[in-house]
Amino acid sequence: MSSNTAKTASGAPRRGHGDHGADKVFRYVATGAGVLILAVLAAVAVFLLIEASPVFTGDHAKVQETIESFTGDKAHSFWQYVAPLIFGTVLVSALALIVAFFIAIGIALFISQYAPKKLATALNYVIDLLAAIPSVIYGLWGGLVLVPHIYGFWNWVNKYLGWIPIFGSDPATGAISNPPRTIATVSLVLAVMILPIITSMSRDVFVRAPRLQQEAALALGATKWEMIKLAVLPFGRSGVVSASMLGLGRALGETMAVLMILSPGRTFSWHLLLAAQHQTIAANIAAQFAESNNMGVSVLIASGLVLFVITFVVNFIARKLTDKEVQ
Amino acid sequence: MHKNVFMRVAAVASSIVMLASVAACGDNAGTDTGGSAASSSSSVNISGEFAGAGASSQKSAVDAWIAGFQQKYPDAQIAYDPSGSGAGVNSFLQGNALWAGSDASLSDDQVSQSSSRCANNTTAFDIPVYISPIAIVYNLSDAGLNGSDKHVQLSADTVAKIFDGKITKWNDDAIKAENPDITLPDLAITPVYRSDKSGTTKNFQNYLSQAAPDSWTYKPGENWPGSAGQGASGTSGVISTVKQAQGTIGYADASQAGDLGTVAVKVGDKYVPYSAEAAAKVVDASPEDSSAKGDNRVVIKIDHATTADGAYPVVLVSYDVACPAYEKSSDAQFVKEWLTYVVSEDGQKTAADNAGSAPMSDTLRQKVLASINNIKTE
Repeated sequence: MSSNTAKTASGAPRRGHGDHGADKVFRYVATGAGVLILAVLAAVAVFLLIEASPVFTGDHAKVQETIESFTGDKAHSFWQYVAPLIFGTVLVSALALIVAFFIAIGIALFISQYAPKKLATALNYVIDLLAAIPSVIYGLWGGLVLVPHIYGFWNWVNKYLGWIPIFGSDPATGAISNPPRTIATVSLVLAVMILPIITSMSRDVFVRAPRLQQEAALALGATKWEMIKLAVLPFGRSGVVSASMLGLGRALGETMAVLMILSPGRTFSWHLLLAAQHQTIAANIAAQFAESNNMGVSVLIASGLVLFVITFVVNFIARKLTDKEVQ
Repeated sequence: MHKNVFMRVAAVASSIVMLASVAACGDNAGTDTGGSAASSSSSVNISGEFAGAGASSQKSAVDAWIAGFQQKYPDAQIAYDPSGSGAGVNSFLQGNALWAGSDASLSDDQVSQSSSRCANNTTAFDIPVYISPIAIVYNLSDAGLNGSDKHVQLSADTVAKIFDGKITKWNDDAIKAENPDITLPDLAITPVYRSDKSGTTKNFQNYLSQAAPDSWTYKPGENWPGSAGQGASGTSGVISTVKQAQGTIGYADASQAGDLGTVAVKVGDKYVPYSAEAAAKVVDASPEDSSAKGDNRVVIKIDHATTADGAYPVVLVSYDVACPAYEKSSDAQFVKEWLTYVVSEDGQKTAADNAGSAPMSDTLRQKVLASINNIKTE
């Protein structure tokens, strides 16, 4: 088995005395790779801090002027500028995660527990393929195909679930936005994008659930669903959480798909079916970058720094959650 | 044993690969991407690579001009990056573009900044090169109103109210009163505006605020001020958004209107659909902007509120921004020849044929050529 040989390669200390030379070299190279990733992260953080610093330490009047020119006089300070962007970013990612999470768990359980071997292999292949599609393709698909065709669905949602405020219509026109270049459509596309990550990681954990416990559960008369509930899900919980956090990370930073679908706005609105209400940090950077001067670039990078911090916090919380689960 | 030898070789090999890739990363920093390869100093022949950037509204005209220019100077490689007016002028000021296309004339600030971009302490100037009607496009194809011979008729006041979200239905009484001959559907109106900074936005708002000052109270700028409807990026974004749903209405360079319906705008007592000739009429009727500071500049102050017979007042005048002197004489030579071609009768006709723009009048051409001839090529 190839996986076996790979294990011996990384489990270097167990090997004989004869091959210390190569052993040392490999160890230094591996350490170097480990240090490199830290250095890259530090470099990115330092870059963000240096480039963003004019926003916080520089000429206040100039910062204000730049932000007013970005927003057409709608925001005047940096925090006024990023606050709606933070809201939009978190909202769209959370929605995408909610949609993707349950579907992904379902697919992963189907592959690991129910599907016949051949079908499972085919499904695995398709999911890996889905993960390899670049986001600009998702953006094109979402913007050109999904947007004109999903209006009927959102209209249906609005008609029957419109009493829930998030699905409500625009009070001014009494209708939802058409074409639906809205946060709801974007989060569906993002959900499709993060689905493969969550699915493949969850599947890997579920497959590794202890066979013995599964069989014991079945032997005690549990149905298949009860067995999954007793022996598979508890075992996989921490893996599923970290998979979701990885997916959330991708959704937080997603740029092209948002840029190509969403009609941007700057509000804190909860109306998911109305266009021109939200914008995300990443898409905003991409949209504004071409037309910015030096101070404009600093403002955008400072907003990037905020995104960096958000991602960090999300990862940190995820770590805490999984650590707790493991104990 | 054999396996061990293999593993050792593999370990060494992988370490070499890793080191090599790290080293490769370091190498990159030193390489220079190089500037434009303009090297010819011949005064007759123009060859080399020349880059411009700016307004996306000029894109189809510039493409046609490049083809026409290359017939005359086959060795010239010209690239135009339609990154937007603001971005184009920025990259021109930073020295990354030889000329910029811009839907807005230069600000005083930009003119003073340009002294570091242009050689011999000169400042940049702007000349009109592309005059194009802005079409107010709508999609009512289900109601059969999209054809090129059918136009919804609207006054400036109604247009302003629609784009401000005050009129929200196509069968609103105000619209019906202006269109007694057609049946308008009971459909919500979705205004579509540019979400990026745009000279088209500014020109469109100039029209609204001059022709309908009571209904459009925002101060015209390159950002869209309203909150009704939805935004889309770039001219193509507006067009594709308008096409994606029934009941949408937007504004875009007329060359991109395609098979969408277009509004006939009320001028005086008549409704005028867009056309190149109608757009040229309003430019000829407009005075030059005397407040533009700086040498060689030709800036037109469009009279959007005109009542001249048959004029279409929703018009965009797009400028080319250039220096009177460049560091390299080959660059100056190119810019001079390029602009001369662009404003020539031939160049204007090429743009009209390919982009639906309005050819400039002879009087305007004389003024513009006087500025171009001030470019120093020695």
